[in-house]
Amino acid sequence: MKDIRYISAVNEALREEMERDETVFLIGEDVGHAGGSFGATRGLLEKFGPGRVLDTPISEAGFTSLAAGAASCGLRPVVEIMFMDFVTCAMDSIVNQIAKMRFMFGNQYTMPIVVRMPEGAGLNAGPQHSQCLEAWFAHVPGLKVVTAATPYDVKGLLKSAVRDDNPVIFIENKTLHAVKGRIPEEEYLIPIGKADVKREGRDVTIVTVSRMVSESLLAADSLEKEGIHAEVIDLMTIQPWDRETVYGSVGKTHRLVVAHEGVKQFGIGAEISSAVTEEIFDELDAPVIRVGAPFMPIHYSLEKACVPGARDVSAAVLAVMGRPSSEERNRKP
Amino acid sequence: MEVFAAGEIPGFLHVSVGQEAAPVGLCAHLRDDDYIGTTHRGHGYAIAKGIDLKRAMAELFGKKQGFCMGRSGSMHLADMTKGIMGANGIVGGGIPIVTGAGFAARYRGTDQVAVATFGDGAANQGTFHESLNIASVMNLPVLFICENNGWAEFSSIRTHSKIEDIANRAAAYGIPGIITENDVLEIHDAVGEAVVRARNGGGPTLIEVKCDRWHGHYVGDAQKYRNRENIEAAMGKDCIKNFERLLLARKILTKREIDGIEEEIRSELAEAVDFARSCPFPDPSEMMDGLYA
Repeated sequence: MKDIRYISAVNEALREEMERDETVFLIGEDVGHAGGSFGATRGLLEKFGPGRVLDTPISEAGFTSLAAGAASCGLRPVVEIMFMDFVTCAMDSIVNQIAKMRFMFGNQYTMPIVVRMPEGAGLNAGPQHSQCLEAWFAHVPGLKVVTAATPYDVKGLLKSAVRDDNPVIFIENKTLHAVKGRIPEEEYLIPIGKADVKREGRDVTIVTVSRMVSESLLAADSLEKEGIHAEVIDLMTIQPWDRETVYGSVGKTHRLVVAHEGVKQFGIGAEISSAVTEEIFDELDAPVIRVGAPFMPIHYSLEKACVPGARDVSAAVLAVMGRPSSEERNRKP
Repeated sequence: MEVFAAGEIPGFLHVSVGQEAAPVGLCAHLRDDDYIGTTHRGHGYAIAKGIDLKRAMAELFGKKQGFCMGRSGSMHLADMTKGIMGANGIVGGGIPIVTGAGFAARYRGTDQVAVATFGDGAANQGTFHESLNIASVMNLPVLFICENNGWAEFSSIRTHSKIEDIANRAAAYGIPGIITENDVLEIHDAVGEAVVRARNGGGPTLIEVKCDRWHGHYVGDAQKYRNRENIEAAMGKDCIKNFERLLLARKILTKREIDGIEEEIRSELAEAVDFARSCPFPDPSEMMDGLYA
C-alpha cells in the first residue's frame, strides 16, 4: 500500500492505461505541456509524446466530437473538460452524438470514450466554474455517469472507464484533488455500476456521491454520538445506479437520506428518492429527505452558504429519524 | 420520393436531387477504408460511396434489416464497412466527428482520408470553425466539402452570410479553399488534388461546390419562402443531363448505353424497394437490445 493524492491517482490511472493499450490517448485544453489545469496529466506528454497527449484549441465541441469520431474508428480517447461548467459547449457532442451513436447506427461500432471533468465549488471560482451538473448526463440514455470520492476509488474507476466500450462521463471533484488516501501498489479495477458501502449502520441509509461522501461520513461520526448508526453508501456510478445495494440497505434501515452537492431541484436525489418510493415504499418508515444545494447559481464570496455539508446531512438524518434539531429548523428547505 | 409520398417511409426525407455531381466526383477518389460523414441530405454520398441499396432502403422503411436496425431512418444512414460513418441529423454535428476519423487515420499512420460533407447552413455553426481550425493546426487528412445550394433549410444564404463564397473562409485557417461549379469533372479534379495532398500529409482542404437544391428542405416542403423563378432556375441546371450531353458529344457513350444505365438503376432501386417492403419491422421485444446505460 502507498499514500497518494486524488489527482495523482487520476494520473496513475491514465499512465497505466496508456502503457497497457496504445489506442488510449488524451485530448483537451492544456493537458499536454501544462500537464492539465489541475495536474491530472502531468508528465504524460513527456512519457507518451505529442501524438498521444494532445493540447487542443479552446474548442470543447470540436475536440469532444473529434474524440467521438476517433472512438468510432477504434481508438480510446480520454477527453478532459477543464471545468465541468465548460461541458455546456460540448453538449451536442455528448448528448446528440456520443450518447446515441452506437444505438443510432445499429451497433456498427462501439463508443469507447471517457469524458473527464472536475465538478464542484470550493475554489471561490464563482457561478461559471463551480457547478455540479451530473443530473443532466444521468438523464440522457446512452451515457454512463461515474463519480469518485477517494484516491482509491478514482484510480480503480477511471481504469475501468477507459476499458469500457461505451461512453463514460467521469466526474472528479476539485476539492478532493489534494486529498490523500491509501491505494495498493499492484493494479486493481473497480467495477462501474456498483455502489460502495463506505460505512455500515442499522438506523438510516445515506446515499451520496463525490465530495458529499466525506461530508456524510463526518455526519455519521457525529450522529454516532447521539446513538444513531448511519449507513453511508457511495453510489459511485450515478447511471446506471446500483439499485440492489441501495434497496438492500433501505430494507435494513427503513430510512433514507440522499445527499449531493448539486442543486436539490431535479437533482439525482429526486430520482433515487422517487425510485425508492415507487418500488419499495413498504420498506420506508419515514419520507425520504434530500440534501442538495439551494436553487441558485453558486455565489462567489458566500460560496460556503451555497453548498451543503456535514451539518446539512446530520440535520436531514435527525429529521428522517423524527428528531429535528435546531440546525434543521434554521435551514431553508 | 414516390414511395415516401405513398406513405411507406415514415418521418422526414431530405433529398439531394440536383446535387449529384459532388458525391460522384468525390467518391471516385475514395477507397472503402476512407471515411465519409454526411448530413441528413446525404443519400447521394452514401450511394456514391457504395452503400448497399437494399439495406439502405430497408433503413428508410424502418425495417429490421436496415443498416441501423430500423432505429434511425433516413437521417442516419451508415455503413461502417464502406467507411460511411453515419449521417447526422444535427446541422454541423458531423464535421468534427469526421475530423476525428481523420485523426484516427493519422494516429495509426495509415494513408486513409476522411471527408466531411455539409451545406452552406452548417458553415455557420461553431463546429465548422472549430473543426477546420483543429484539422489545420493538427494537419489532419480531412476534406471539407461544402455544398452551397443557397438555402439553409428555409432561409436564403443572403440572410445568413455576408460573403457569397464559403471557400474564402479557408484563408482564416491557412488551408486551401477551392470553389467548383456543380460539374462532376470539375469536382473530380479538385477533389483528386485534395485527396492526394491529404494522403501525403499535406493536411486539409475546403472545397465549396456551387449547386442548386431542386426541392424543398424536406419532401413535402411547399417552399413558400422561395419564388417560382428560383426553383425553375435550379431545375434548369441538371448536372446529370449535362454530363450525359458531354459523354454523347465526346462519343464516350451512346444514347442507348445511357438509357441502359438508367434502366439498370431503376431496376436496382425497384429491387431495393421490394426488399425493404418484404423485411419485417423490428419487434418491440428487441427494442432495447444492446443498451448499456
